[in-house]
Amino acid sequence: MNAIYEAIPARIAGRRAAAVRRFALADAAFHALTRASAILVLVMLGGVGISLVVGAWPALSAFGFSFVTTQSWNPVTEKFGALAPIYGTIVTSAIAVLVAVPIGIGIAIFLTELCPRPLRRPIGIAVELLAGIPSIIYGIWGLFVFAPFLQIHLQPLVIDLFRGVPVLESLFAGPPYGIGLLTSALILAIMILPFTTSITRDVFETVPAVLKESAYGIGCTTWEVTRHIVIPYTRVGIMGGVMLGLGRALGETMAVTFVIGNAHRISPSLFAPATTISATIANEFTEADGELYTASLIALGLILFVLTFLILAAARYMLLRIERRTGA
Amino acid sequence: MSKASSLHARRKLKNAVMMTLSVMAAGVGLAWLGLILGALVWKGAAGLSLSVFTEMTPPPGEAGGLLNAIAGSIIMTFIAMIVGTPIGVLAGTYMAEYGRYSRLSMVVRFINDILLSAPSIVIGLFVYELMVRPMGHFSALAGAAALAMLVVPVVVRTTEDMLNLVPNTLREAGTAIGAPRWIVIRSVAYRAALSGIVTGILLAVARISGETAPLLFTALNNQFWSSSLNTPMASLPVTIFQFALSPYEEWQQLAWTGALLITLTVLGLSIFARSLTARREDR
Repeated sequence: MNAIYEAIPARIAGRRAAAVRRFALADAAFHALTRASAILVLVMLGGVGISLVVGAWPALSAFGFSFVTTQSWNPVTEKFGALAPIYGTIVTSAIAVLVAVPIGIGIAIFLTELCPRPLRRPIGIAVELLAGIPSIIYGIWGLFVFAPFLQIHLQPLVIDLFRGVPVLESLFAGPPYGIGLLTSALILAIMILPFTTSITRDVFETVPAVLKESAYGIGCTTWEVTRHIVIPYTRVGIMGGVMLGLGRALGETMAVTFVIGNAHRISPSLFAPATTISATIANEFTEADGELYTASLIALGLILFVLTFLILAAARYMLLRIERRTGA
Repeated sequence: MSKASSLHARRKLKNAVMMTLSVMAAGVGLAWLGLILGALVWKGAAGLSLSVFTEMTPPPGEAGGLLNAIAGSIIMTFIAMIVGTPIGVLAGTYMAEYGRYSRLSMVVRFINDILLSAPSIVIGLFVYELMVRPMGHFSALAGAAALAMLVVPVVVRTTEDMLNLVPNTLREAGTAIGAPRWIVIRSVAYRAALSGIVTGILLAVARISGETAPLLFTALNNQFWSSSLNTPMASLPVTIFQFALSPYEEWQQLAWTGALLITLTVLGLSIFARSLTARREDR
């Protein structure tokens, strides 16, 4: 060793040491830069939370807990309660998930078990491409095509059908506006369908072929394999997909704003105009005058943020669990 | 024997019913989505003409185009990409290279996935609080900042995923010839993962080019041509929103045409992005 070092003239050795130092310095700088960027992502989420709390504070301190339990939304008297938008958000999202998940699972079964192999990739890619279509497209379609269709054809039929039936009567009551809770929920369902489908398909594909083959081997039908092998094996992943869809539906703005009707009241009828948190913010924020009005809208945003954060965190946790299992 | 065969028949029937339902689900789902795209092309193409690209957004009841909205969208998207891409790529680099197994990376990965599907309207509120309120007015810059915040999570995610796909043997070969870590990352890892990272960037462009909610109260809207970043600026999605909800037929037609343009852009970008990585997989 020593012989080699002695063979290198001191001048070159010095240059070498300087180069190594320079490299180390640049490396440390780059390391710090990338690390700072990663931390910035955390700061972003933290900043969103903090700024919403600060912005919402006037409303939260003025109304306290009654903000989430009262229904009145009156810019003139400056009395604000978030119950109606919260109700609208939860009802539209819940219906959307109830409609989209069975269809999504159906499409996933079709794609993984039934579809001829050459068609699988194109259909799978088509589904993923549709997930990228901006929500305003669904909104404009809902307003000009879907809502009039419901108003003219479907809603009068359903209202007549259930007239006199106890619970259903009030659920499907009122003049057929076309726009309203159910219309928004259905459009949300179409919107989250690509998400639920592609996640369900992905988790279905994590089922080891051996498990399915042994079930087929003892004579199970395709449905029995799906019902007793695939679905139990991927239960957590499907739940994660459902929650992810729910998170999307809760926070979705444009698709809903077009067709919800923006009415601050809770009506038992699914055909009645209503509002959601995001639609209220989108419709009223730029017109809000007065600090309390703006703060109340930001408080709505805060509620939405917390709600979606919890649901998305749960969804990610569930999907992470299934990822770990396939990784192990 | 007959009992067994009736059980068999019942199971086969149940299977047939469920499989028919699942084929129907696929049919209904895809047809529904097809219906939307069909309506979009049908209604949007009707208003497609050269004047859409050469004239400004008209006052109510007059003919015009979408030039200032298209330009505004391009400008804000461009700024958002310039700001968001480096942050995203660097953060993704940290998570895949320097701190692959560190606790920080785990937390950032989790938070980033949440940001990825966080409601974009909340991001709009955040930027309103952060920029619009202190500055006292709406501006294109605030709109671009809101979009940049949507770019970061997409780019972080794809950069990390793509760098993770680069075989470690490549990095080791770089290290073995004495290259320091950052040169290995720059000349080996980035180069190997380039098409994947570009895909992520393109997907981010696709994502923000249709975003409306975060622009509503950051960039607002502008009926006229605007080249100042410090004033409200029109964008295609917000213009569509405003025009679609208006009672004027000319505006509604322009909204459909704008919607078609956005969809074509987004689909085009996604397909192009996918083709980049698809080639990679084939190799």
